[in-house]
Amino acid sequence: MSTQILDETRQPAEDVTNADSSASRADKSRSASRDKDAVILEEHIVEVISDSGEGAQRCGQSFGSIAARMGNGIWTVEIIPAEIQPPARSIAGASGIRIRLASRRVTNGGDEADLIVAFNEQVLLKRVRDNELKPGCIVLIENKWRHDQDAGIAASYAATIDKLIADGHGVHEIPMEEECLRYVDNAKRGKNMFVLGMLSAIYSLDLEAARNQVAFAFAKKSSAVVESNIKLLNAGHEWALENLDMCFRIPPSDVHEPQIVVNGNVSLGLGLMASGMEICAMYPITPATSASHYLSDVFHNVGGAVHQAEDEIAACAFAIGASYAGKCAATITSGPGFALKQETIGLAVMAEIPLVVINVQRGGPSTGLPTKAEQGDLLFACFGGHGDTPNVVMAAADIEDCFYSVIAARKIAETFNTVVVVLTDASLASAQQPYPRPKIDTDWLAPPINQNAVPEGAKPYDWDATTGLANRFIPGQPNGMHCLTGLAHDRMSRVAYEPDINEEGMRSRSLKLAALQKTLKTPLVYGGDEGDMLIVGWGSTKGAIEEAVDRLRADGHKVSSLHLKFLQPMASGIGDVLKRFKRVLTVESNWSDSLDDTIIDEENRRYSELAWLLRARYLVDIDCWSEVRGQPLKPGVIATAIREKLHQKGK
Amino acid sequence: MTMDAAAPHCLLGMFDEDYTLDDYKGAEPRWCVGCGDSAILAAVQRLCRDEQLAPEKTVFVSGIGCSSRFPHYMHTYGFHGLHGRALPVAEGIKLQRPDLHVFVITGDGDCCSIGTAHWIHAIRYNMDMTVLVLDNGIYGLTKNQASPTSPLGLKSNTTPQGTVLEPINPISVTLGIRNASFVAQAVDWIPELVHDIVDAAFQHKGLSFVRVLQRCPEYLDGRYDAWVKDPGKMLLLNHENGIQTSPALASVYKNHEIHDPADRNRAREIASTSDPIPVGVLYRNQSIPCYENPRGPDRLYTPDVVKGVLEKELDRFTIQAVGGGGD
Repeated sequence: MSTQILDETRQPAEDVTNADSSASRADKSRSASRDKDAVILEEHIVEVISDSGEGAQRCGQSFGSIAARMGNGIWTVEIIPAEIQPPARSIAGASGIRIRLASRRVTNGGDEADLIVAFNEQVLLKRVRDNELKPGCIVLIENKWRHDQDAGIAASYAATIDKLIADGHGVHEIPMEEECLRYVDNAKRGKNMFVLGMLSAIYSLDLEAARNQVAFAFAKKSSAVVESNIKLLNAGHEWALENLDMCFRIPPSDVHEPQIVVNGNVSLGLGLMASGMEICAMYPITPATSASHYLSDVFHNVGGAVHQAEDEIAACAFAIGASYAGKCAATITSGPGFALKQETIGLAVMAEIPLVVINVQRGGPSTGLPTKAEQGDLLFACFGGHGDTPNVVMAAADIEDCFYSVIAARKIAETFNTVVVVLTDASLASAQQPYPRPKIDTDWLAPPINQNAVPEGAKPYDWDATTGLANRFIPGQPNGMHCLTGLAHDRMSRVAYEPDINEEGMRSRSLKLAALQKTLKTPLVYGGDEGDMLIVGWGSTKGAIEEAVDRLRADGHKVSSLHLKFLQPMASGIGDVLKRFKRVLTVESNWSDSLDDTIIDEENRRYSELAWLLRARYLVDIDCWSEVRGQPLKPGVIATAIREKLHQKGK
Repeated sequence: MTMDAAAPHCLLGMFDEDYTLDDYKGAEPRWCVGCGDSAILAAVQRLCRDEQLAPEKTVFVSGIGCSSRFPHYMHTYGFHGLHGRALPVAEGIKLQRPDLHVFVITGDGDCCSIGTAHWIHAIRYNMDMTVLVLDNGIYGLTKNQASPTSPLGLKSNTTPQGTVLEPINPISVTLGIRNASFVAQAVDWIPELVHDIVDAAFQHKGLSFVRVLQRCPEYLDGRYDAWVKDPGKMLLLNHENGIQTSPALASVYKNHEIHDPADRNRAREIASTSDPIPVGVLYRNQSIPCYENPRGPDRLYTPDVVKGVLEKELDRFTIQAVGGGGD
């Protein structure tokens, strides 16, 4: 039966978009009849989990893109094992992707999964262990293991299935490999497209859009590869229609304007180009490197270059050299590399050279959790330098914000001649979310390098008494010759150890942060303007926090949230906002001591990082809740934590 | 004003703008009396004058150490940065601004200890710049600690019983890196050759690495006395593709070798000798490609061009919802 259908759909790859083909008509009528029976859902969380190299991520990304194309809000989260090729069928090797799709804009990965496709029971067990399955979760699992020649494997598979059924999950054993082998010789390559076909059928996605997506995903491959994958897609779709008694439909959101679908690191790369920066120096480090992969592909088209330096220090020094000699440059790294760069960052602050440093945070300290998310570098970013190194710190709140943050960072760095640190993290790096296509503005670009003669008598550090701002003389400018130095220096950039001059330099560099602060707008409160509790967050947790606030407010709690983009300096008016709430709680993904631990009390408790900052600045008794599980915070977990805090008396 | 009237004025202007030695003199040097750095500074200022380098188009980049004060004493752009990090800063400058003349002034501690990784990789990148390692074999600024080029057995504040490690040979190490394109050695007590070698280095397209052996009267007094007093203990390398010793100098320094700087194996042999001390261009290879990052074709990237590229990039990622809003 399915073979016959497939024969009809066999056609050259370039024809796949032909909507008038008989195959498409057949699909459409079939889908239309199923559509009536489809269960309408607000949202669903889908996961595809496999061994490394079986293509679960490509499958999930394609699935997300098709759903987005059909108007759904989506958010994808990659599930990445630490090793490149971990052993097959191992719990630690679980590799895959989560796709949350909804009839509205999605801002985070959500709570537990509604439906999981697993290529074997071991990788599924990883998700079970991590409590990632919703009660009654639909499980679609490859069934070939049931009759595996290795009795141990067969037994493990059978036991897992029994346990899942006993726990109330809806298990569907599927002959994925068997079906795929009807069309290809090696099912390991291509099973993911069969799954994509199944998912397209289950979620009533347009098969034509799915075919286009597959053609797009394999655009760099030969037409034979495209054709073979489309065949498998069709097969999966067909198989699901024939054999699965489930069909959902998630109506589109009311988004009309064009969206772009990228992950956080690509968003950073696009932002870098849109900001007019032309040089990005880096050293490979997870999870920051993929931003440079993207940039390396395209940067030359705008006259830019990615420089892979010999180490993190060199990357930062290289960017500083490039900034000094012309336009502001960037370096991009993650925690360990950010630590190595600190001395060079201090030099840029001291010598007042613009520089953008992007830190895609990962779990620390030391090598820590290289592939996992954490917000552990906030205080380090603010206070990492030796001596007083007032640099700007801002954090991107979502994928879209990664783009605009870099543009803002370049502008601030060049206006204030200082270092701007942009914090993102592993959860944004590989997460995908559609956002409105930016309307590129050439005003975002850096101005041309100033090569005009410096007026006679002008000083390289002519600090303004009020703002601390000074001009910057760029090599090539006649009369501007001076020797920049990381030593204490006077207005002529001469080495100076005199107490008054040292204090004048310190004061001027510090005033620049205040001057920037005067331009910042008070962030808006999400929820009500006052109430019982204000949640304060920063960075990638914004979507999850606001969703938690929505749920709590729906339950009648007077809870609101405030999300900070600028962490150093902080905008005016935040102190007033804090005071309008009975209690303030930061929610973060970094370590904080729990008062439940026997020896922890108010005098020795170490707070999470934003809580330290806010307590110090606003003298408000701010509490904190945090988690360091290496995963993006879940709205449900946050809501539960807040509920508990609301019920606690006095804390 | 007519063209005829303007022309002579214009020519006059050109002569007016001739740079003199004084035009390259910055702050008054504060090196110790008898410090070898002073002779090197004078040779470099002479080079700038001879080449008529526009001071605003010239950048001296240094790290930290006695020699790294050098940029302060030049009236050009200067970048006195961090210990060991002069080379990556200079590379960033050069990639951003190929139009600038970039010099790096570093020392034995700066280059061969804390900045070793950058040294090795700078040779690999082979960007067009002149690197002078002012090698006095001691940490002077931090007051008398052994450096990686200190002679074996040297007593210093950190090695009161004498060093136990053989020194590193910066010339041999540099020649061991495949992309090395210009390697030379000079000594501060033959200023004429410092000038000639730095000039050859400047003319070279690519990274020219010049080690200048330099006396520290404060902490390593007498280190090179035997060589200073006995010209026969010097080995001058002559070649039409390297430098040619003047007759006057040749009459004093009689120990010569005709060495073709294209001969890398012989260069390695020469580099490994410390007595006599070789002076001259050991290796030169103009065919080593300079590090040219793919910054795209050399054309003007106007805001409109950049916008066009960005729009194309956004096209790649854009989806237009097909089912949006209908329900």
